[in-house]
Amino acid sequence: MVGPGGIDALIQLLAKLPGLGPRSARRAALHLLKRRESLMEPLARALRDTADSVKTCSVCHNIDTVDPCSICTDPKRDRSQICVVEDIGDLWAMERVAGFRGLYHVLGGTLSALDGVGPEDLHVGGLVERARHPDVKEVVLATNATVDGQTTAHYIAERLAGTDVTVSGLAHGVPVGGELDYLDEGTITAALKARKPV
Amino acid sequence: MEWRDEGIVLSARRHGETSAIVTLLTREHGCHAGLVKGGFSKRSRAVIEPGNRAHAVWRGRLAEHLGLYALETVHCHGAILLDDGDRLSAMAAALAVAEGALPEREPHGAVFAALEAFLDALEHEDLAPEPAAWGGLYVKWELGLLRQLGFGLQLNHCAATGVAGDLVWVSPKSASAVCREAGEPYRDRLLPLPGFLLARGGGAGTVGEVMKGLRLTGYFLDRHLFSPHGRAMPQARARLVERMARLANEPV
Repeated sequence: MVGPGGIDALIQLLAKLPGLGPRSARRAALHLLKRRESLMEPLARALRDTADSVKTCSVCHNIDTVDPCSICTDPKRDRSQICVVEDIGDLWAMERVAGFRGLYHVLGGTLSALDGVGPEDLHVGGLVERARHPDVKEVVLATNATVDGQTTAHYIAERLAGTDVTVSGLAHGVPVGGELDYLDEGTITAALKARKPV
Repeated sequence: MEWRDEGIVLSARRHGETSAIVTLLTREHGCHAGLVKGGFSKRSRAVIEPGNRAHAVWRGRLAEHLGLYALETVHCHGAILLDDGDRLSAMAAALAVAEGALPEREPHGAVFAALEAFLDALEHEDLAPEPAAWGGLYVKWELGLLRQLGFGLQLNHCAATGVAGDLVWVSPKSASAVCREAGEPYRDRLLPLPGFLLARGGGAGTVGEVMKGLRLTGYFLDRHLFSPHGRAMPQARARLVERMARLANEPV
């Protein structure tokens, strides 16, 4: 028993968050209780509001307070490109760099024999439908550079074979600021394979 | 307890936030799982990619414990095959079949050596330039796996007449070859035997032959190694069959 009923439940719930264990959850709970008005209550309100208002976009499977999401409805976005990502976290990563101004499609995972994830568990059908729209010229497959990620990318490329879109994938290689001595063998191997004339 | 061995990563599943339970096919200790602390962390993620060959040090208090793995990459097959969907699907199929079919912690050095050789052939386009070539090697690898696990096919002579020539079918009942003449009345019930399985070394002549081989080994893998344990054949293998069927312009 860590504390009185309600606090104990709070600690147990906080401990389920990524990056937090029971000890750090206790610290977080204490921190919240000490700042009840300035932090705990606004946080509770924000959690409630988010839980009530956030929905999944019926077009790209991003999450937003509106459906379709603000990216899908943004008139400044390039509608000729769709970037396919595994998860919403990957979409946020792409948005952080602001290097892509097209639309997105969130798959909801990758094909995985181990976890029993098959094509029917991913949002591939919707992507193929979107790719058939005459405005769409390119689909960028931005799945992770893992065996599962690339297996999924090849599968999607096959499914898109019947459409008129260009299918491209992200390059694999040395990261910006990366020193060869500190890179793993796989990255160096992929970078060597994808070398280009300078 | 501690041992050192070389292994091929068959799979890695997340355990907690950053740790991984990694299954290796090792040379001397067979299919063996272990915990890799921080395996899914940014620094170590690449080491546990399926298909990688790694030096493994396993430590555990008792032999039957899950134990901890310390892995160091020797060679990254996956990284080289990432851009080639067909070869990548063959690698994924071989890893999934090995993990599903092999009993845990039972040494199968020959299966390890054959898988290693197959992954090398996949990686070096000069060793197996065409889908028919590496597809044929894949079928032979599955045939070898069946043999190693005690379910080998008898393909030397006809089960009905004893002749060694014109073997074109395999009986699903006896797992033995059947010659054209003896098998003709039962052709609907027999499995086609592709000719390249009778030759020493090398792959198949055509992708169609590979498809025949995949149906043959698939039947016996399912019958002896997957169905009895209530398991379905791996999805990764089904995807390889789909790809090969597309290349051969055949229905799956």
